[in-house]
Amino acid sequence: MSLIERPPSRADTPAQQRPAPKDPGGWRLGFYRFDTKLMPYLLVAPFFILFAVFGLFPIIFNGVVALRNWRLDDPTQTGWAGFENFSKLLGDDDFWNALINTFGIFILSSVPQLLLALMIANLLNRKLRATTWWRVGVLLPYVTPVAASTLVFAVFFTRDGGMANWVLSLVGIGTENPIDWRADKWSSWIAIATMVNWKWIGYNALLYLSAMQSIPKDVYEAAAVDGAGPWRQLWQITVPMIQPVVVFTVILSTIGGLQLFNEPMLFDENPAGASGGSNGQYQTIAQLIYKVGWKDLNLGYAAAMSWALFLIILVVAGLNALATNRLGGGGKR
Amino acid sequence: MTATLPATPRKRAEIGRAPQDTRGNWRTYLALTAVMLVSAFPLYWMFVIATSTDEAVSSIPPTVTPSGELMNNLREVFSLQQVYFAASLINSVIVASVITLSTLFFCSLAGFAFAKLRFKGRNALMVVVILTLTVPNQLGVVALYILMGKLNWNGTLLAVIAPGLVTAFGVFYMRQFVQHAVPDELIESARIDGALTMRIYWNIILPAIRPALAVLGLLTFVATWNDFQWPLITLNGTEFPTSMVALSDLASGNYVIYRRVLAGAFAATVPLLILLIIGGRQIVRGIMEGAVKS
Repeated sequence: MSLIERPPSRADTPAQQRPAPKDPGGWRLGFYRFDTKLMPYLLVAPFFILFAVFGLFPIIFNGVVALRNWRLDDPTQTGWAGFENFSKLLGDDDFWNALINTFGIFILSSVPQLLLALMIANLLNRKLRATTWWRVGVLLPYVTPVAASTLVFAVFFTRDGGMANWVLSLVGIGTENPIDWRADKWSSWIAIATMVNWKWIGYNALLYLSAMQSIPKDVYEAAAVDGAGPWRQLWQITVPMIQPVVVFTVILSTIGGLQLFNEPMLFDENPAGASGGSNGQYQTIAQLIYKVGWKDLNLGYAAAMSWALFLIILVVAGLNALATNRLGGGGKR
Repeated sequence: MTATLPATPRKRAEIGRAPQDTRGNWRTYLALTAVMLVSAFPLYWMFVIATSTDEAVSSIPPTVTPSGELMNNLREVFSLQQVYFAASLINSVIVASVITLSTLFFCSLAGFAFAKLRFKGRNALMVVVILTLTVPNQLGVVALYILMGKLNWNGTLLAVIAPGLVTAFGVFYMRQFVQHAVPDELIESARIDGALTMRIYWNIILPAIRPALAVLGLLTFVATWNDFQWPLITLNGTEFPTSMVALSDLASGNYVIYRRVLAGAFAATVPLLILLIIGGRQIVRGIMEGAVKS
């Protein structure tokens, strides 16, 4: 491969043409060599160095910490723990509880999220007046800080005098006993899933919209022969055509959903505890990692939990991607 | 092929016409208006409570119009001793600005190199960049905390800034853009004129990628401003919180005053709303382009 061996012929011709009594071209040539050969590495180096130090190293080192005793309150407790942290994990009720919560909230938030995003993308995929402003409008939740919006929802879902219960009471639900949204698994999951859905539907809609707009138009013309209406058009033409992006969003929402932290943290009446409700009814794994690491001060165990979560995400994201691929008939291609 | 529609009669063309060529009807607009209302409602509601008195917050039926207490509530938030709210806003501005500038600089440099310069191992290194896109950084927080402890950076803004200085997405995005935006011939002829790499970057690449810089800058600023987990871990309980950390402090404790919490939330949201109004078009474009290319 002669990718790099471009002779520096052209640029240094000026130097050669000139008689150049004092400068025979030596340092110029050297400088030129440096500029073409080493400069590219200098340009990409900052990314790789910073990523290696603050991105890659922590993830690898996390594996080391997971195999050790590492406490923030007691530096004397060190040394290798072997797989102790991991075996402790398997018997830890808090972990399994958090795992169930994480998956429950994940399903309640990802499925409606992606379906509604598809609907909204389909609406936006028309000739509209003020196109840009509709698109900017659906991004309002994306731009709003999670911390801020979650706190709004926390007020929205209060038991007494909360907006959610007031709306429900209008249709006759919970007029006697208003729903205590934070008290039970099902209600807190719904409340938290609502926040996640609200935040991410618009963003995903734009991803879908962008893919929809790159579908060749003659595909629709061809399908017109069967007389497909808009609804069938959406499900039989549009969705299969944007399948790669659907798979992409499924993976993205899996990665994000299984690491859910902000919403359950700030939904709590006292976020500082990181307990995910009075009884851990909506404590997610990411939240439990935070609690174990920085409230119980057991970093070794928190690191082991991070690895477990990493593996879970890997497996679930893989399975989801496969399933989405199958559903859309991607296996045939 | 842009869509210059032939003047066909509407009825016939409804079926078989690509959706993007179909005019939205009143139902489309009605549905989209509903979507807008749902999008905007929590923000509006935040504003309403941020301007209310305690009684109004818990009144039934809820008050749905703003009152005049915003300044009072804000003053209370800013004067709280342990929350450092004013400082937190400044900290957020510092963190987000530094990270945005550095991301733009380093990512455009690397993107330029990957798109236009030839060097050994270029393709292999680019694969590494793409692979790093998929690594969930959150999972390294325990080790990152230990690392920052060794550096003595925990509890300082450095701990938040350092991990954000570059992103794989930024490099990737810049590379795509440079590849299409700058013709090879332009760079070749600059080389013939004896221009060095950095001069080419400064005089040719940077002006050509201005739109991409705007997009990446906005996305980075928003993401950094809103980051919560890592800043909470490293900055909580110090005098240097970011605004998100200060917000969570505001919402903690045994007796939480919602009008105060949401006045704080409002103050921390306004900068981003302003950004959305100014740069909404760019943010939309960035998200949509990112989708096609990834």
